[in-house]
Amino acid sequence: MPSLTLLGQSVLSGVFIGALYGLLGLGLTLAWGLLRQINLAHFALVFLGAYLSYQLARAGVDPLLSLALIAPAFFVLGVALHWLLARFSVSMLNTLLVTFGFTVMIEALIQWIWTADFRRLDTHYAAVRWRVGELFLPLPELITLGIAVALAAAMWALLRHTDLGKAMRASAEDPTMAAAFGVNERALAMLLSGLAAAFAAVAGVCLALSHTLAPVQIYAWIGVVFAVVMLGGLGNPLGPLVAGLVVGVSEAITMALTAPAWAPLVSFSLLMLVLLLRPEKF
Amino acid sequence: MTISRRKLLLSGATLASAAALSPTLLAQQAQRVRIGSTLGLTGPLGPTSAIHRIATEIYVDELNKRGGLLGRPVEWIVRDDQSRPDVTRTLYEQFVTVDKVDLVMGPYGTGAILSAMGVAQRYGKILIHNSFGTPSLAKYDLQFPASGGAGDPENVWPNLVFDAAAQAAKPPKTIAIVTSKFPSLHFISLGARTHAKKRGLQEVLFLEWEFGNRDFGPIAARLREANADLAWFGVIGLEGNMLLEAMKRIDYRPQMHFYMFPAPGPLAKLPEANGAMAFTTFEEHPPFTENPRAKAFIAAYHERGKQAGLPDTSVDLQAAIAYSSWQVLEAAVNGAKSLEDKALAAWLRKNEVDTIMGRLRWEGPFNYVMGKDLYRVKQLQDGRWLIVWPKDAAAPGAKVLR
Repeated sequence: MPSLTLLGQSVLSGVFIGALYGLLGLGLTLAWGLLRQINLAHFALVFLGAYLSYQLARAGVDPLLSLALIAPAFFVLGVALHWLLARFSVSMLNTLLVTFGFTVMIEALIQWIWTADFRRLDTHYAAVRWRVGELFLPLPELITLGIAVALAAAMWALLRHTDLGKAMRASAEDPTMAAAFGVNERALAMLLSGLAAAFAAVAGVCLALSHTLAPVQIYAWIGVVFAVVMLGGLGNPLGPLVAGLVVGVSEAITMALTAPAWAPLVSFSLLMLVLLLRPEKF
Repeated sequence: MTISRRKLLLSGATLASAAALSPTLLAQQAQRVRIGSTLGLTGPLGPTSAIHRIATEIYVDELNKRGGLLGRPVEWIVRDDQSRPDVTRTLYEQFVTVDKVDLVMGPYGTGAILSAMGVAQRYGKILIHNSFGTPSLAKYDLQFPASGGAGDPENVWPNLVFDAAAQAAKPPKTIAIVTSKFPSLHFISLGARTHAKKRGLQEVLFLEWEFGNRDFGPIAARLREANADLAWFGVIGLEGNMLLEAMKRIDYRPQMHFYMFPAPGPLAKLPEANGAMAFTTFEEHPPFTENPRAKAFIAAYHERGKQAGLPDTSVDLQAAIAYSSWQVLEAAVNGAKSLEDKALAAWLRKNEVDTIMGRLRWEGPFNYVMGKDLYRVKQLQDGRWLIVWPKDAAAPGAKVLR
């Protein structure tokens, strides 16, 4: 029988990884749910953001402060990506293929600049952790959790309680009717795409704070984050965070109680259950 | 006297044509020994392949300075297999059917070697390779491992580690075996379970995870809970770092810890990795550095590794096996006085080859030796990897620390 300390530490570990899943899924769910774009390049942008923060940290810039540079740059990238997809009227299914192409290109770019070698962001945050009873709380993971909750809540509030957010939702629901009410769908879509890319930059910095980087790892996150996004409901900013926490904690408890090799089954089993029991959600 | 531009160009062209058609030059080009191999220069095997590339380039340069093979200069044709076995297979087909190379050498990594072995078998080519992790899959007569590993690593390697651990002032009585399900690691970790039991080591934890696992937190928590005297980590690459970092986050440090195939440079940079053990065949200390060829290789590797921007320019397992496999090829060609595949294979089966790692031989089934090999256990002591077991290969004065 596992001890309470083991269970507690595993649950904490699950919460932290779940928060990262949620953060990775935030931009993806907005693009998929509100722009009808399945943006695979989101994962490549996350890693590009991570590598840029790694590079800036080597030049002495604090990783969190580096966001002030990286996030706006990524916002512009996101706007450009949407312009390109809109210019050629790429359908939702085709966005998957086109953005996969971008993913490969960004991966090649990362590999060209930073090589295929593993990189690790050395930061003073990594050594900081607090002990609460028998449990340990590492600072980098707490930062990720805090940012994930703050961004998801802020985005939810924006979409729910502001005219801008309502216009975004209206455009996603019925673009023609929204336009008839004076909503500038094109500008809103660019704003949303820019925000999604900026969220990728934020997720990248958080990823770099707690994980080792290698270009090929772009693909390691796709499966579970897609599952989290679908479980959370497309276009819902809180969804990936909640689903991420559920998946992360379930995986961690599976690892603590049974064989860790079974953990990857958790996210997809949950997804299959939801697809079977609530197919109308998708 | 003035020379017009037209005359100058005409003279230049005449000279160039004469040189191009020179029988000596043509003969030299025809006489080159062309040897083809691939490496995963891009993709996940990129960092390790970079080591193999530099080690091989150094060897080929040295070889050509010595007069090449059978008095002919050697040209090494290396192509990028992108760390993909399917690409590897295609490139080896090209080497044999399009490039018509004289010989092929093995690529890096089990999957790639298995692909290359299939092509070699189809065309009857000898294949000397150095990083094949699952010997039981090598069913080709003309394949020759030059990694220094045994035909039954699942028996030899666990016993090597347990023998090393038993040398510590306080030998371990309990063991935790946690392993990735990466194919060439997993069966050796299962062998560790069997041999630990035979030796009376009490197994207090056994865990497996899928290769590519992202979260080592719960595994670290279970290791802390089990707190075994010896932790056996069936890991490859940076998994060792990820495990150590996860354990550090919960303030746990294993008592004795062994990592099967870690990234030695990055692992050495972690302060909490002190005392970590791993496999090797070569390290930069005596008795290995007493060999003049090894010494010269180390110096050349430091220089070229630095130029190439390698994160770690020490010669250890990977650089040594790459270099040694070419020592095997050179010895076979010189011994057999031939470039013919079957003649080389016949010579290797009957002879031993001294490499910078030690003496290699191929007398067992499918050219493997069973029950013993050239593998050694090294331990990270104050930021430096030192071989600690067996004693005849240990660094002067080095002991297994717990």
